[in-house]
Amino acid sequence: MTQRLLDILAQGFTRILIPGLTMTIPMTVLAFSLAMVVALAIALAQFAKLPVLTGFSRFYIWVFRGTPLLVQLFVIYYGLGQLGLKLPAFVAGVLALGLNEGAYCAETVRAALESVPVGQLEAGECAGLTWWQSVRRVVLPQAMRTAFPPLGNSLISMLKDTSLVSNITVAEMFVAAQRMVSYYYEPFAIYLEVGVFYLFFSTLITKLERWGEKKLNAYEYK
Amino acid sequence: MLELQELKKSFGGQPILKGVDLSVEKGDVVAILGPSGAGKTTLLRCVNFLEPADSGHMTFDGVTYDLGHMSRRDILALRKKTGFVFQNYDLFRNKTALQNVTEGLITGRKMPRAQAEALGMEMLERVGLADKAGSYPSQLSGGQQQRVAIARAMAPQPQIIYFDEPTSALDPELTGEVLAVMRDLAQSGMTMLVVTHELSFAKNAANKVAFMEEGQVVETAAAHSFFAQPQTDRAKEFLRILNQT
Ligand SMILES: Nc1ncnc2c1ncn2[C@@H]1O[C@H](COP(=O)(O)OP(=O)(O)OP(=O)(O)O)[C@@H](O)[C@H]1O
Ligand SMILES: [Mg+2]
Repeated sequence: MTQRLLDILAQGFTRILIPGLTMTIPMTVLAFSLAMVVALAIALAQFAKLPVLTGFSRFYIWVFRGTPLLVQLFVIYYGLGQLGLKLPAFVAGVLALGLNEGAYCAETVRAALESVPVGQLEAGECAGLTWWQSVRRVVLPQAMRTAFPPLGNSLISMLKDTSLVSNITVAEMFVAAQRMVSYYYEPFAIYLEVGVFYLFFSTLITKLERWGEKKLNAYEYK
Repeated sequence: MLELQELKKSFGGQPILKGVDLSVEKGDVVAILGPSGAGKTTLLRCVNFLEPADSGHMTFDGVTYDLGHMSRRDILALRKKTGFVFQNYDLFRNKTALQNVTEGLITGRKMPRAQAEALGMEMLERVGLADKAGSYPSQLSGGQQQRVAIARAMAPQPQIIYFDEPTSALDPELTGEVLAVMRDLAQSGMTMLVVTHELSFAKNAANKVAFMEEGQVVETAAAHSFFAQPQTDRAKEFLRILNQT
């Protein structure tokens, strides 16, 4: 490897890592939090069989799973912008990622809720809890444990999907890499380097997920 | 204390309970006997509103309710005065034995935690499981789980406890410990409505027997006279078959 290439990669280390820490990670965390709120609300509305909200939930999932994330991103950023609702690019990115992943996670959470034996809910109600107390104290904790590994996968795909917001001018890791490529014209090395950063972060998430799963397994219930 | 009149329930157009009448006095231990499919489980589930009855009336503690039109609030209030023990125990799997007993007290009845835990420990002691307070259901045997379930049902000092075949999911060598707890509870004066296939429990611990067949209570009698002289042919037949095995 030439000295020039090494210098470029060394430069890239900070020029890519810094937007990673200041943009990619915060965006991932915020968007995933939004996705969790959306997922819980939608999954619980369906689990409770709330008449109007169940219909709305099915519609929401249909739309957000049936259209590309990139299209959603452009509608929220450029589309709403044209209508006068100009969101900062970062906010638009968080919204699009969170609303999109929320639709997928909602299905994960709903399936997990339905996998809890109905006797658990009935036992809660017979113990003098309301339906909602039984869900919150008994069913949901068990469901979230089931949902934990697939939700970890969703978090990882969300991390990778943040690269899409480079399309709406958010200066995250991938934009930093693109800028370096256009300056130095070393696409192979630089894109590989940014790939390594994504790999590093997703490995971290995987480790966190394993650790969390172990903690949950402390209860060892079946 | 509890009186049912003309309780009816059908599933998909198929009548399962065809007008059940039953009366339970305070302190009664009523054994519900009957062949498989008679509607015993369905009856208990309707009585605690796990299934909505189609029609009928229930008088509980002096108040009469129209079972076809129950409000959520009445259902919750009634459940807080009753306990339920399931065939499959159905302990909260994410909670320890003690938490299983205290959950309904703390979350359902807003009892202060310290008081609930003291009461919970007392209940676990009564079923002989104080040393398992911190164990999760998966760490307990079936018999132990069912005893925790009984402690959970007893803890709020309900006016009646419903049991649906509490020993039939257990290995034979574990039924004894559960039946002993139930006998103890019966002797303490608790009102109990017990669906069971355990004739010995019905004979020795129950004071009344209600015999069900095809969605109706066809015979009600004092336990000793039911076993000595069953009145209906169906009850005679039922006892004859059971005594053969
Ligand atoms: N949710 C349901 N949907 C449709 N049919 C049901 C349902 N629950 C019970 N049944 C039917 O109602 C009838 C009575 O069932 P139930 O479980 O009450 O009987 P049981 O007396 O408790 O019998 P066992 O002694 O076997 O427990 C059966 O024919 C059963 O198939
Ligand atoms: Mg049954």
